[in-house]
Amino acid sequence: MTLPSDQYGALAFSMRGISKSFGSVCANEQIDFMVRQGEIHALLGENGSGKSTLMNVLSGVYRPDCGSLEVFGKQRFFHSPGDAIRCGIGMVYQHFKLAESLTATDNIMAGLSRTQIADAIRSVRQAADSDGHEDKTAAPIRSSGYRKNWKSDLVRRFASRFHVEFDPDKPASQLSVSEKQSVEIIKVLIRGAKILVLDEPTAVLTPQETKRLFGVLRNMRDRGCSVVFISHKLGEIMELCDRVTVLRKGRSVDTLVVSEVDTYDLVERMVGHKVELEIARPDPNPEHEECLRVDSLSYLDEKGVRKLSGVSFSTFYGEILGVAGLAGGGQKELCEVIAGIIRPDGGAIAVDGESITGLSPRSISAKGVSMCFIPEDRLGMGLVASMGMVENVLLKEYAFQKGIFIHSDAARSKSEQIVEELDILTPSISHPVRLLSGGNIQKVILGREIHLKPKLMIAAYAVRGLDIQSSYTIYRLLNEQKARNVSVLYIGEDLDVLMALCDRILVLCQGENMGIVDARNTTKIELGQMMSGTKLEVLRSGVDYVSNR
Amino acid sequence: MFRIAKREKSSLSDSFLFRILGFIVGMGLSMLFIGVLGHNPFKSMTTLLSGAFGTANAFRNTLTFAIPLATTALGLSVAFRMKFWNIGGEGQLLMGATAAMFISMVTGPNTSGWILIPTMLIAGFIGGAVWAMIPGIFRIHLRTNETLFTLMMNYLAIEFVKYLYYNLWKDPGRSGFPGIKSIQTQAFLPRVMGVSVGVLIPVVLTVVVFILVNKTKPGYEIRVVGESEPTANYAGMNVKKIMLGGVLLSGGIVGLAGAAKLAGETFTLTESLAGGAGFTAIVIAWLANLSAPIILVVSFLFAALEQGAQTIQLRLGVPAAVAEIIKGLMLMSFLGSEFFLRYRLIYDRRKPVKQQILVEDKPVCSGDPPATLGSEGKEGET
Repeated sequence: MTLPSDQYGALAFSMRGISKSFGSVCANEQIDFMVRQGEIHALLGENGSGKSTLMNVLSGVYRPDCGSLEVFGKQRFFHSPGDAIRCGIGMVYQHFKLAESLTATDNIMAGLSRTQIADAIRSVRQAADSDGHEDKTAAPIRSSGYRKNWKSDLVRRFASRFHVEFDPDKPASQLSVSEKQSVEIIKVLIRGAKILVLDEPTAVLTPQETKRLFGVLRNMRDRGCSVVFISHKLGEIMELCDRVTVLRKGRSVDTLVVSEVDTYDLVERMVGHKVELEIARPDPNPEHEECLRVDSLSYLDEKGVRKLSGVSFSTFYGEILGVAGLAGGGQKELCEVIAGIIRPDGGAIAVDGESITGLSPRSISAKGVSMCFIPEDRLGMGLVASMGMVENVLLKEYAFQKGIFIHSDAARSKSEQIVEELDILTPSISHPVRLLSGGNIQKVILGREIHLKPKLMIAAYAVRGLDIQSSYTIYRLLNEQKARNVSVLYIGEDLDVLMALCDRILVLCQGENMGIVDARNTTKIELGQMMSGTKLEVLRSGVDYVSNR
Repeated sequence: MFRIAKREKSSLSDSFLFRILGFIVGMGLSMLFIGVLGHNPFKSMTTLLSGAFGTANAFRNTLTFAIPLATTALGLSVAFRMKFWNIGGEGQLLMGATAAMFISMVTGPNTSGWILIPTMLIAGFIGGAVWAMIPGIFRIHLRTNETLFTLMMNYLAIEFVKYLYYNLWKDPGRSGFPGIKSIQTQAFLPRVMGVSVGVLIPVVLTVVVFILVNKTKPGYEIRVVGESEPTANYAGMNVKKIMLGGVLLSGGIVGLAGAAKLAGETFTLTESLAGGAGFTAIVIAWLANLSAPIILVVSFLFAALEQGAQTIQLRLGVPAAVAEIIKGLMLMSFLGSEFFLRYRLIYDRRKPVKQQILVEDKPVCSGDPPATLGSEGKEGET
């Protein structure tokens, strides 16, 4: 594969023939990946296709088994991430690496060398000189520190060059998710990064914040920086990126110009065969028979922070009710309160008109409420990582067995059934689940919960971190549950999916119910406004109002 | 340049091979050390082995020494399964022995051994359990740090026994010398071929702990709690209750070790009764990866090492510190072999090659020049 490297711009970096294996698993096999200066280049691939391994090779975390890396025309061999940073490669990871108790400024400045600080000061001054910025009149920044807050000044002015805004004096713990991301970006830029690698940066952002991020990235591109954008969301790639490289099973499949391809084409290259991209949405049960009823539920967490305040809604049999909201908006607490894991401070929960408020998780589960909660680290709650499938299936039923001994025969045959029904790839049903891939882990949880034949199924972040194929399997499974007249509560992150899969969408903002919209007639903008705190009534001012009840 | 990579799996034969290699390396280092001191290294090693297994008496001593080690390690392993870091084995063992001593003191001289011994063992269990319960309750309800708490409880137990030794339980028949009377003679554990029947305690407990942990509901709950408390909560388990139960069981078994040692070996209570078994058992439990049957084997080997080292000290006339160092070297090599079981070292043969011509579509598998990473990396403004 040859790229016309001088047609648009010089290469920022080129990775050729990169191979990296872990034991017998070959994560990268002869991958070629070349990014030009001044372009936004998407890296697309399913889970396990080798994206993160490749990026870890680029950023010096892993050393490739073979292959070569050239950065700005020079052969490089990185011994550590520090080497990569010195060559101008900056990684922004999906999970932020900030010291929560330090201010944004301290997070950014920590570990900067004198020359790096000098460079940053120079670049701020140059910017001020060249575009006659107001900074010109401001007092000069000195690293000697006679002005107490020269650091935060420097950070603010450096950030404003890239049109990034956040309060540099706020502790990282008080920054919003998108501000934290901005801090991460500035952190690598101030270290002189000319190549920015972003790993699924939009997973945690609202549509509005995503737009702002895109603006920042475009701005960087126009300044000649290169951006590597890793994402599952095809829409974003089509909107933002110039070129895209598709990885499949550890190999680079193609590098394409985004404007010349469409989404179907991309998915086909990524998966290797045609995939139906439409999420089916069978009509809900028209009878509107109430399953779960939640009445003015409130919850204060251990620190006394209000996580839920006066949330009321109902779910119906045979429908999927989606719950949208920003990270930390109370979705997790809502699930846990309903499942009985934490106790509400006020309000009532009833299933089939029978109160379950304050019951233990086990008795709630016995009443047919089933929760599959997939936390960020996937294995933190719901599964026991080092145990096999059989013992994980036992988790929900061992308590109902007679006697003191554990009987695993039934769980064994059930596990085999789940493996077969959901196509779970595992060497054996006693293989520790933590060694399975993300998609398979999620299928294990879902399979176990489905087998409990619940009335109400809570699926929280069920497709988190999953690739397209596994996600669609999960959607299919949820739709099957809906067809079986199960009431499904789906906590989701991707608005496109919520709008395509659910029948109604409830929006939570800081623990408050902003309203429930009909998923068939809503827009992303409307949902985004509700997610940032505008109530539906206000938004529509009485027009076409779908009642909470 | 060497680099370290994780082994994805290690076979059973590998693990045997590495452990034996570790053992040999430990022997070698010990021999080297003794040689440097001016003793015959080969003789010292044969002395070590014969001191542990050479004569019937040596073998009996080794077995006797292994009893409290194995029992304590089994007890601790239950708490470790829950990630409750019980390092208070020393104190729990001592309090178990104290409780057993108390039973022997309050019962009349005509009490039959058939009643007295079981009562003492049960009392030992309760003594250890209570001693573990105190930090346990604080940990469960107030989230205190159980590592520090259990450690401090050790010193409390030692001082408490000292108080008994010098004051409350001081034997008036010793004409002013401090000391506690021996337990009643019918409470001595019977001996079979010179070994106290207490040796059965760890054997039986191994089976019990193994079945409990792997086959029963409480054991399943303990394992789930240890793996992830949120998951246990989610599954509707009462984490507090399970943890308290596990801690009681852990402390109880350790206390039982104390009672058995009192009734089978020392016959009287002193502050040094535990003799470090509570700490050695921590190492044993982890070396055995918390598996009950392996704990039994490892304890025996540990006891043999201890006995052998003592014999070297006696026969070769080396200082006690030498025996300790030999023990340390052996343990270090053994633990070192664990590292090689989990990781492997890879020798990176990437030598700097000056000029490398890249050919497209043909990977270069070695010989990347190590870039001189300096100022040119961050050159220029955009």
